[in-house]
Amino acid sequence: MSEGTSDMSELTHREASAKTSARLEWTLVGLGILALLVAPFLVYPIFLMKMLCFALFACAFNLLLGYTGLLSFGHATFFGGAAYFTAHAVKVWGWPPEAGILLGMAGAALLGLVMGFFAIRRQGIYFAMITLALSQMFFFFCVQAPFTQGEDGIQGVPRGMLLGVLDLNVSLNMYYFVLAVFLIGVFAIWRIVNSPFGMILRSIRENENRAISLGYSVANYKLGAFVMSAALAGLAGSLKAIVFQFATLTDVTWQMSGEVILMTLLGGIGTMVGPIIGASLVIGLENTLATSGFPVTIATGLIFMVCVLVFRRGIVGEFYARFFKRAGKD
Amino acid sequence: MTMIFGIPVQAFLGQLLVGLINGSFYAMLSLGLAVIFGLLRVINFAHGAQYMLGAFVGYLLLTHLGIGYWPALILAPLIVGVFGIVIERLALSRLYELDPLYGLLFTFGLALVLEGIFRYYYGVSGNPYAVPPLLAGGTNLGFMLLPNYRGWVVVASLIVCFGTWALIEKTRLGSYLRAATENPRLVQAFGVNVPLLLTLTYGLGSALAGLAGILAAPIYQVSPLMGSDLIIVVFAVVVVGGMGSILGAIVTGYMLGLAEGLTKVFYPEASNLVVFVIMAIVLLVRPAGLFGRDA
Repeated sequence: MSEGTSDMSELTHREASAKTSARLEWTLVGLGILALLVAPFLVYPIFLMKMLCFALFACAFNLLLGYTGLLSFGHATFFGGAAYFTAHAVKVWGWPPEAGILLGMAGAALLGLVMGFFAIRRQGIYFAMITLALSQMFFFFCVQAPFTQGEDGIQGVPRGMLLGVLDLNVSLNMYYFVLAVFLIGVFAIWRIVNSPFGMILRSIRENENRAISLGYSVANYKLGAFVMSAALAGLAGSLKAIVFQFATLTDVTWQMSGEVILMTLLGGIGTMVGPIIGASLVIGLENTLATSGFPVTIATGLIFMVCVLVFRRGIVGEFYARFFKRAGKD
Repeated sequence: MTMIFGIPVQAFLGQLLVGLINGSFYAMLSLGLAVIFGLLRVINFAHGAQYMLGAFVGYLLLTHLGIGYWPALILAPLIVGVFGIVIERLALSRLYELDPLYGLLFTFGLALVLEGIFRYYYGVSGNPYAVPPLLAGGTNLGFMLLPNYRGWVVVASLIVCFGTWALIEKTRLGSYLRAATENPRLVQAFGVNVPLLLTLTYGLGSALAGLAGILAAPIYQVSPLMGSDLIIVVFAVVVVGGMGSILGAIVTGYMLGLAEGLTKVFYPEASNLVVFVIMAIVLLVRPAGLFGRDA
C-alpha cells in the first residue's frame, strides 16, 4: 500500500479530535447495549444472534483492514474453519460448548498464523490476492476432508449446557450468551486498538517504511494483528456454529470473505461501530431479499460499487466527517 | 502398452493435454490482468466475470440470432471490450488517484453483479455450446487422439498471447503504453492522450477475457459460475509470475496449467491445490514472483 494512503490517513485526522466525540460515543454505546438487552423481546432472537455473530466477524476483520491497513480477502477461512472445528468438537467428541468455542478460536488463530506467514511477504494488492488464493485452498481442503462431511456440512450440532449449568437450548439463554461474547469480543478489539500495540499497528498503516526505520519489526506486528484478527473472526464463526447448530461450506467460500469486506466498507473502515452497523444492514438486507426472490449477489455487488464510488468513508465515517465539519473541528 | 513412470502413456499425455488447455486459459487471463494492472494499477476482479460474459455473448448470439462460432469469435471480444470501455469511463477512471485496493473492491462488486444477473436468468447449470463443424472430430497423433477443437484452442491462445506481447513490445502504440506505465505525467506532457490510452487498455484487457470466454465455451459449458472459480486460480498464477512482465504472465500460465495436469496423473486429490502450493513455495523462495521486478 505504498501509493495513495491519503484516503486511509483521513481516519487519523478524525481520531485526533476524538475527545469531543468521546462523550457522545459513550452515550451511544450505552444506548446501544440497552437496546440489545431488550431487543430479543421485540425482534426474532435468531435474527439478532446472526446479526451479532456477523457484527463481531466484521469488527475482527476491521482490526486488520481499518487499523493495520491490510486487506485480507480470506477471512472466511477463519470464520468457517472455526465453525467446523467447534461443530466437530461439540457433536463428535461431545465437548461442552465453551470448550468447543475455545478450540474453534485456537484453530482459527493457527490458520491465521499460517496464512499470515505467507501473506505478509507481499503488500497491498498482492496481500489481498494471496489471502484469497490461500483461503480458496482451504475451501478445497474442506470440500475433500472427511470430517467436514462435504456438501452436507456438519448438521445437528447440539447447543448443550454452558459450563454445565445454563441450558443453551432456551432461546433467551442463548441470546444473552451470544450478546456477552459479542461485547467481550468488541471490548477486546477496542483494547487492542487503543493499546501501544494498536498505535504501532496504526503507524504501520500510515507509513510502513517510517515504522521500519523507527526500528519496529513490522512483519511481526503485522503477523500479530493477523493472528488476533483471525482468532476473533474464529470466535464469531464458532458462536455461529453453536447458534445455528450447523457448519457448512458456505462459510468458507470467497463470497463470505467478500461479504465481511462489504459490511466493514459500508459501515465505515477504521471506525469502532461502523462494522457493527454495516453487518446489521447487510444481514437485514439479506433477510429481506431472501423472501423477495431478488438475487442477493446483485444487491451486494451494487452496494459495493456505490460504496467505492461515492461513499468510501462508510456510513459512520461520513457521519463523523459531517459532525466534525459542523463543529468546526477539522 | 508403453508406460511412463508406471502410468500408461495415453493417460499421461491426455492429462498433460488437459493441463495445456487449462494453461492456455490461465495464460490468456493472467496476460489480460497483467496488461490492465501494468497501466491502470487496478487488479481487475471482474476479469472472471468478463470471461463468463464472453462465453455468454457467444451462446446468446447463437441461440437468439443464429450467429455461429466464427463470427462470435470476433463479436464476443468486441462486445465485452466495449462493455469494459464503458465501465472504465463511468467508474474506474474516478478511482485512479486512490489506493489501488478500491479498484479491486469496485471490480469485485461488478463481478458479483454480472454473475448475479446471469444466475438469475440462466440458473447455475451449464449450457452446452457445440464445437464448430470445421473443428469437430479428432486427429490421430499416433500415440493418442487429439480432439481438433482442443488443438485449435492451444494454437489460438498461443497466437493471442504472442500477438498481445508483440503489440506491446514491438509497436509504436505499445511503446506509448509502456512509457505511460513508467511515467504517465511525462508521457502526457509529450502530447500523448493518456486517459484515452487507459480506457483502451482496459477495453483491450476486457476483450482478451471475452475472447478466452468464447474459446472456452465449447470445452467447458457456458455457466454463470465459470469465471469466478477460475479467476482465483489466475490470481495465484499472477502472484507466482509477478506482474512485472507480459511474457512472464504467459509463461507462468502455461507452466502452472501443465503442473496441474501432471499432478492429476500422479496424485489426483491434490490437483485443485497444486497451483496454490506452488504459490506458497514461490512466496517463500522468491517473494517478488518468478518474473517480478518489484520487491
